[in-house]
Amino acid sequence: MSWTRREALLGMGGIPILGAVWWAGASATVGKKRERDALLETLNIQPSLPPAVPAIGGEPVKVGIIGFGIRGEQLCRALGYATQEWLAEMEEATALAKEEGRPFTALEDFNNQDKVNVRIAGICDIYDYRAEKAIRSFATDANPVKRYRTYQEMIGSGEIDAVVVATPDHWHAPMAIEALRNNVHVYVEKPMTHTLSETYELRDAALNSKAVLQVGHQHRQTLSFKTAQDIISKGILGHVSLITTNTNRNDDNGAWNYEIRPDATPETIDWAQFLGNAPQIPFNKNHFFRWRKWWAYGSGLSGDLLTHDYDRLNCVLQMGIPKSVMASGGIYTHRDARNVPDVFQANFEFPDFSTGSSQPAGKEKGMTFVYSATLGNTLNRPTVLMGHDASMELGNSLTIWPDGRSTRYFNQLEEGKMAPQTPIYQYNPAASALDGVSSATSQYFADKGLMWTYIDGKRVDSTFLHMREWLSVIRNGGAVSCGIQQGFEEAVSAHMAGLSWKLGRRIEWDAEAQRVVPIEEIDLDAALLDSPPGIGNYAPDVVT
Amino acid sequence: MTDFKMNQKLTSGLVLLRLFIGWHFLYEGIIKAYNPDWTSFGYLASAQGPFKSLFTSLAAESILPWVDTLNWLALVFVGITFILGIFERAGAVVGMGLLAVYYLAHPSFPGLDEIRSEGSYWLVNKNLIELAACWVLYLQPTGSFIGLARLLKPKSSTTKTDLS
Repeated sequence: MSWTRREALLGMGGIPILGAVWWAGASATVGKKRERDALLETLNIQPSLPPAVPAIGGEPVKVGIIGFGIRGEQLCRALGYATQEWLAEMEEATALAKEEGRPFTALEDFNNQDKVNVRIAGICDIYDYRAEKAIRSFATDANPVKRYRTYQEMIGSGEIDAVVVATPDHWHAPMAIEALRNNVHVYVEKPMTHTLSETYELRDAALNSKAVLQVGHQHRQTLSFKTAQDIISKGILGHVSLITTNTNRNDDNGAWNYEIRPDATPETIDWAQFLGNAPQIPFNKNHFFRWRKWWAYGSGLSGDLLTHDYDRLNCVLQMGIPKSVMASGGIYTHRDARNVPDVFQANFEFPDFSTGSSQPAGKEKGMTFVYSATLGNTLNRPTVLMGHDASMELGNSLTIWPDGRSTRYFNQLEEGKMAPQTPIYQYNPAASALDGVSSATSQYFADKGLMWTYIDGKRVDSTFLHMREWLSVIRNGGAVSCGIQQGFEEAVSAHMAGLSWKLGRRIEWDAEAQRVVPIEEIDLDAALLDSPPGIGNYAPDVVT
Repeated sequence: MTDFKMNQKLTSGLVLLRLFIGWHFLYEGIIKAYNPDWTSFGYLASAQGPFKSLFTSLAAESILPWVDTLNWLALVFVGITFILGIFERAGAVVGMGLLAVYYLAHPSFPGLDEIRSEGSYWLVNKNLIELAACWVLYLQPTGSFIGLARLLKPKSSTTKTDLS
């Protein structure tokens, strides 16, 4: 067949167009990828996977649960024990989500969770309903769950190897100290303690005990934070002079207004034991269920939520206890007779800390860590580490932007290989997983990387990893991620922030003496527990 | 119905439309084919509308690689047939199928969020318009006017105005 030139042109004119478009697409994509690979090679960020935890062999570890409220139930689920009520609720939620065509994976995640070699052998809760719920759900003929009326009885029984303390804050230290003195292992929720003197005392008890203490900052298991450690150690951000981290919530649950159960009475609750060392007041359901709102039992934003953000950063930077803290805030969003602030800002000074420098030696040193919180707005303000060379947003995923005035990246910025608005690195282990997150509060925690992490693209509850690590260290030895030193730093920092707000003045840390600098004529522990001036200590029993 | 005769100008217009749509499909396909990190996960996982659950189920780990591969293969196929002007009716059918899937995953229905959309739309969006254009190209192939089909058909059986 022979064609005229005209025929050939009309017939095959598309071929050069095809070639051109193909070439343009391929070269743009491959070129971009090559540039990115070169950049990544320069940055050399290598997320280190956590070492595999040695198996928890032998007989199951006999665990006693002290406190079976909201957090206590969550911790039990991390150990593989869910209540019948929760299972039923999740089945319903799963069915509803399926009907509405949205993912909801809480139940599936729980069922897929690896089994840990533990047996819940005892429960200590001063509220009958909760103790009975645990026994009803967890006890079998082969594995009975014994109810203990007091924590001393449980710790001294000889039938419990390890206790999980998920009580109000004012009970954390007394229980942990008692357990450690009896060489019973402890998993204690945050904040580790309620006062400064308790913090010092608990550290002594832990250092003198054969038992393993783990503080409940489960995010230390989050993969993105391990990657962040690598980023910091390679000096990718340069000298970090400012960190901003935030809490934004705007609902009753997030403001600790939990459900008050009608069956709670002085007959079903051991009120004297609830109070412990707190001021002796008559039975009060409001205080019992919503204890996080009063300094007598809880520690408000500084102990409850600041501790998450502080420890997240301490895990990445190992910056330790600040030299000084200044805090401010007030009760501006929930004027419901609480005495802890619901809007709270704290500035932590670390004048001697540095993440490294790309500039002449001695020019850069020191960092401020700013925590800013409100319980009256949900705008997502991410955690940002601001360095001379780059900024990093830190959560369950990581993003790094170069700074337009960076010294380290000067050439790349000049050559247009980097731009301040374009991330140079993004790490998102969840990029290929579908999440079914239920409530605003859990989404808040999830975004911060506090609830779960991703291993091989599979979502894993970080609390499960944290508890499994604790149990493995109990059996096999080794070190936990959040032991007494990390817990000590967390608790002291939180109490310094709380004290600064209370006293309206700068609180300083004496690193040599390992004590908060005393203030003349002020008992710091008493100040921490007292109600702030002008605010009542107590709320009415009845909540309207 | 008015019977209108194809003339050269209209045919040229259709050829241009075919080339542009082919260009668009091919470039989209090539960009995906050459980028090993590309995935349709986000598009599927954020699907909305009546077929939301079908699309989110396609984002499952076991199926996603197949979906991704089929997607770029189909895009490149449409691009080649349209640009070269051969098997363009098959290309048009595949193109319409792809566009229908893209549209249904993120339909411009009132009440749904306008995510993954670079403009403002009510019911009709650019995917739907391109789909209609593919339909026109299906009804009226132009490869035998400008395209490889011209070279493959028996010689001298067509004149330039004899396409309709």
